Amino acid sequence: MPKDSGIGASPKRREDVRFLTGAGNYTDDINVNGQAYVHFLRSDVAHAAIRGIDTSAAETMPGVVRVFTGADFEGVGGMPCGWQVTDRHGNPMQEPPHPILAQGKVRHVGDPIAAVVADTYEQARDAAEAIDVDLEDLPAVVDMKSALAEGAPKLHDDLTSNLCYDWVLGETDDALVDKAFAEADHVTTLELTNQRLVANPMEPRVAVGTYERGTEDYTLYTTSQNPHVIRLLMCAFVLGLPEHKVRVVAPDVGGGFGTKIFHYAEEAFCTFAAKACNRPVKWTSSRTEAFMSDAHGRDHVTKIELAMDKDNNFTALRTNTLANMGAYLSTFSSSVPTWLHGTLMAGNYKTPCIQVNVKAVFTSTVPVDAYRGAGRPEATFQIERVIDMAARERGVDPIALRRQNFITEFPYDTPVALTYDTGDYNGTMDKLEAAADIAGFAARRAESEKHGKLRGLGINSYIEACGIAPSNIVGMLGARAGLYDAATVRVNATGSISVMVGAHSHGQGHETAFPQVVAEMIGIDESQIEIVHGDTSKIPFGMGTYGSRSLAVCGSAMVRATEKVINKAKKIAAHLMEASDADIELKDGVFSVAGTDKSVAWGDVTLTAYVPHNFPLEEIEPGLEETAFYDPANFTYPAGAYACEVEVDPETGKVTIERFSAADDFGNIVNPMIVDGQVHGGIGQGIGQALLEGCVYDENGQLLSGSYMDYAMPRADDVPFYTVDHSSQTPCTHNPLGVKGCGEAGAIGSPPSVVNAVIDALQSGGNEVAHIDMPLSPARVWQAMNG
Amino acid sequence: MYNFEFEQPGTIAEAAAALGSEDALALGGGQTLIPAMKQRLNAPGTLVSLSGIAEMKGVCLRDDGALSVGGGTIHATVAAQAGAHYPALAALASHIGDPAVRNRGTIGGSLANNDPAACYPSAVLGSGATVVTNTREIAADEFFQGMFTTALGEGEIIVEVRFPIPEKAHYEKFVQPASRFALTGVFVAKYADGVRVAVTGASEEGVFRWSEAEAALSGEFSAAAIEGLSVPADGMIGDLHGTPAYRASLVSTLTKRAVAAAH
Ligand SMILES: Cc1cc2nc3c(=O)[nH]c(=O)nc-3n(C[C@H](O)[C@H](O)[C@H](O)COP(=O)(O)OP(=O)(O)OC[C@H]3O[C@@H](n4cnc5c(N)ncnc54)[C@H](O)[C@@H]3O)c2cc1C
Repeated sequence: MPKDSGIGASPKRREDVRFLTGAGNYTDDINVNGQAYVHFLRSDVAHAAIRGIDTSAAETMPGVVRVFTGADFEGVGGMPCGWQVTDRHGNPMQEPPHPILAQGKVRHVGDPIAAVVADTYEQARDAAEAIDVDLEDLPAVVDMKSALAEGAPKLHDDLTSNLCYDWVLGETDDALVDKAFAEADHVTTLELTNQRLVANPMEPRVAVGTYERGTEDYTLYTTSQNPHVIRLLMCAFVLGLPEHKVRVVAPDVGGGFGTKIFHYAEEAFCTFAAKACNRPVKWTSSRTEAFMSDAHGRDHVTKIELAMDKDNNFTALRTNTLANMGAYLSTFSSSVPTWLHGTLMAGNYKTPCIQVNVKAVFTSTVPVDAYRGAGRPEATFQIERVIDMAARERGVDPIALRRQNFITEFPYDTPVALTYDTGDYNGTMDKLEAAADIAGFAARRAESEKHGKLRGLGINSYIEACGIAPSNIVGMLGARAGLYDAATVRVNATGSISVMVGAHSHGQGHETAFPQVVAEMIGIDESQIEIVHGDTSKIPFGMGTYGSRSLAVCGSAMVRATEKVINKAKKIAAHLMEASDADIELKDGVFSVAGTDKSVAWGDVTLTAYVPHNFPLEEIEPGLEETAFYDPANFTYPAGAYACEVEVDPETGKVTIERFSAADDFGNIVNPMIVDGQVHGGIGQGIGQALLEGCVYDENGQLLSGSYMDYAMPRADDVPFYTVDHSSQTPCTHNPLGVKGCGEAGAIGSPPSVVNAVIDALQSGGNEVAHIDMPLSPARVWQAMNG
Repeated sequence: MYNFEFEQPGTIAEAAAALGSEDALALGGGQTLIPAMKQRLNAPGTLVSLSGIAEMKGVCLRDDGALSVGGGTIHATVAAQAGAHYPALAALASHIGDPAVRNRGTIGGSLANNDPAACYPSAVLGSGATVVTNTREIAADEFFQGMFTTALGEGEIIVEVRFPIPEKAHYEKFVQPASRFALTGVFVAKYADGVRVAVTGASEEGVFRWSEAEAALSGEFSAAAIEGLSVPADGMIGDLHGTPAYRASLVSTLTKRAVAAAH
């Protein structure tokens, strides 16, 4: 029997009522009395020196409050990078300044040059057109290989080159790696691109800054996944403000997918300008601006080599990746191609020797940072594509080849710095083979062929590290922030509970799932529990939501805080029943004394806590509110196996996805419906990457895919109905709930199976196509078939 | 968007007068013009909305057997009402954009704009239709003059389009993955006196007739009749979504499919 409440039940998402009935409160819904509007004048060229900016005409235009340029920000810091990567020689990465408004140079189309604050948005925009900017064009640096070439034009004059860092992980002795390859029976080599993507959350970014002259308090309302992180970065590194005078509020947020983790110049600008203009200042991004100012994702070019012995055991793996940083270092950009990518290159396999080489490159493009999966999709795609190719070259079954090389004993120390605590990759593969009806594929292929279509089956495994996490480890690796989380459980006198959490929900359903956990622990109804998030003035200092960490990290803090509450409540109950604490049991919201019929209800205890007329005041304090900070011992390791079946129209190259099955191991599951939804959404984005999406610049650094006319987002009819199975469960060994995180798995696990399926389909039609770079648009597939 | 004056006349004559003023532009459904204005790429001084002109709306059969579609008729109306007489035209209209676009966008606006990837131009050219304006009648073969260019004069209003009804026809659209306009679309119509084949989305010259295929199909109306025929890749559009060679290949494939599906 499925449960109808608590852990394991699937209550409908309570937050959806307000979202679906237009009652959400998004940042753009926030309007502050007297607010002015800012419009950013952005560069329309990729790389140029600013010879002069004449704002005099703009300043006299109707409604203009003030015009800002880079010169107004010389006294404050620039946008910080939160992760310092150390290169292969032990030197810190090259870290160029990133001013709020351009100083001296513009470095990508969309780089803000000036900002006009005016009474209305249209007036600000009119005045921006009257600003005269004298730009001297410089050569654009777009292609990563050319950016690294000797004598390439430099994007940042103070750096030695366009190389941010040259990094290595795993076996650093080249001779040992060379030896492993020399001794191999077979080597499979693949060069591939993991293309640049634009996250495109439905809600564009918005910021509203306010300043109270009387109290010197600032408030920033912003579309963020982590308000405390924004406050810390903005106060400590950018504007130099005291944290206690700044409140950051991230109300309802309409999707983030990573791109709303980062601290952006527009947020710092609105906060700064609110004081400078003595008026609240609001900015709402247009979709066009979003394409050229939201951090992009992915953009890796990789050569991967896999060595095997005569029995097809993987013996060595070597990769060489160029990772695009864009023009500046966005908040977590440097960590993505390194610690979030290189560490996953073992995949699910016991390859003994692994060397990962990554060069991060500055180019005159929008900064690149974490996007759903962040580094792990890039790792999974390489490994699972090269294994598929190896299986084809060796003439062996791709599932059998994977099974043969799976890690089966845990804990497992990979050669690339992680310790997988638990997993069962054969278990998820078994579930997948059943869910995907792999046995029935041959018949389905024959049926497709009757209709002139080529049918292909692609499968892959994946593993990811999430619940990002252990502060001591990430600190050693260069993180400039801690990655614990925090929760305060505040029990009200009448027994209802507010839980203030550091995690931020922007589509994940925390407001429904988190109460299920607390309700289960105490044994009261979920409706008595509410989650409070997204406001630094209300919540403890937690680190926000990304890296599939909310339940694993913040949920664990919530469990710890709830345990403290229960322990204290038991003491109060013991006092009321004149029994010893050790004899008190809590079940279904009732405290009883073991072995007696004495009991008091949850509500009696909570009321006593706040009306302490009869209370053990010498032993404990009144009230019932506890906070816990939780810093886990390790990452969590969700893993699984995916299968995709496609049909290819050989005349047009059009790919349609006919079936898609996913078998994931997320450990224990709190709300299966929400988990299904997260996986569905992740696969949708993975299919988007595999077949549709691609952010493209021309050689002059102009953004060709700058709107939905050219950037193809997946629509409902591009994706099939999914079969998802989460019944193979190896609970996480080190967090109290045994949960692993499910937010990114779909996006990480799905692109390789789609591409593997298309290659399989083409090969079945006699096309000797080994690889096609994503997105597998009809034109690219047709091109591959017609050479 | 810049500020503008707004007028909503009730008759074609009033609209024509209003469009006589400097900087005035006709507004159909606004599905192309309003986004361009929001981007500040177009800045008319006066918008003359055609949506209040009843005599420009609707679908009906004329005495001469042609199907008349008012220049201000929205795509959704054509999709719903043209089917009984000209199913291929109704089907084409039903696949333009999304419901919001189909309930605002008009045939007159689409033809006046003559986007090289738009659907209607292929139906008008493929049917040998007549574009009727407030001052004259223009044959389809004269109307389209290259990407975003038509025979319309300044302030001239498309009030009606007359489609001769074919024995069989079909529009085969292959969508561009992002915009879902036609990456290439082929409209094939078989009339008693011959077959017309009009191609949209493919050529740098905008919508065009593929005369070689027309000749072959006029001899024998079957996909086999055009086996081996192709248009040269030279002059086809090359962009993010396909090379000229790919588009040329689509022209052959889609024409065959349109012939096979025509009814
Ligand atoms: C999301 C989206 C998807 C779309 N998908 C497709 C598609 O798949 N296929 C397709 O063909 N089109 C598509 N369109 C375009 C759509 O069909 C528009 O309706 C059409 O391009 C313009 O028609 P309109 O009535 O909106 O014209 P408007 O935008 O109002 O005007 C366009 C131009 O025509 C002029 N004009 C308008 N009416 C007349 C008239 N009666 N006489 C003379 N000049 C006139 C205007 O002055 C203006 O210059 C799409 C549009 C959108 C927004």
